[in-house]
Amino acid sequence: MGTVVRDYMIPANDFTVAGEASSRVRKILTQLGVSPDIVKRTSIAMYEAEINAVIHGNGGNAHVEIDENKIYIRISDEGPGIPDLELAMQEGYSTAPDSIREMGFGAGMGLSNIKKNADILDIQTEVNKGTTVNITVFFNRP
Amino acid sequence: MKIHEIAQIIKAEICTRNHDPNIEIYSACSADLMSDVMAFSKSNALLLTGLINPQVIRTAEMMDIKVVVFVRGKKPLDSMISMAEEKGIALLATDYPLFVASGKLYQNGIRGRGE
Repeated sequence: MGTVVRDYMIPANDFTVAGEASSRVRKILTQLGVSPDIVKRTSIAMYEAEINAVIHGNGGNAHVEIDENKIYIRISDEGPGIPDLELAMQEGYSTAPDSIREMGFGAGMGLSNIKKNADILDIQTEVNKGTTVNITVFFNRP
Repeated sequence: MKIHEIAQIIKAEICTRNHDPNIEIYSACSADLMSDVMAFSKSNALLLTGLINPQVIRTAEMMDIKVVVFVRGKKPLDSMISMAEEKGIALLATDYPLFVASGKLYQNGIRGRGE
């Protein structure tokens, strides 16, 4: 199989389409015959990152590469950045406003859910510049 | 347990049409926080929730959840129903509150852990 590359726009503050990119990637993985466990882990990790970009990052972009060994996802935004990444990684820590909580998110579980489901998680963030979340899921864990 | 049996036990209306009526549900998760749902990793699961918005359907899709039950008399909008139908997810609506609906299903053999 050749490498499948996709790019998606993540619109800001639009909860009706939030998750659309993850949904499309999920469809591609299913069509490629990827095992359900890997599809689920990838979907959860990407969806949480996509939601984060909608909530905190004023939207952004998703870049996805699927080759014979792995799925690589890069979600980048030009939002406010994360001042204290270690704190943000803690379960339950959240800066999301009440309006987001009413949508069922903002419980401070997003980053830890991504970490749990990704084989490699790398976050690059700079205050006032933005955040890039790099997620890798291997088909066979090395 | 089949969808129509679930609907009978919690006196729920089945809002979607094209879901698979033969799917077997073994386990369930009750939550209003979608990130909590995503921390739940069982298959053939049902989601009971008091939250009603398109992200519930998306979360169910990501988690391979085939049945969503809205509690406390909340009814999904037509846009949510068509979104769920597109993804093959069944939507049910019951007047029971979350605790009672969950309890009735538990009593009838649905558990918090599945296959």
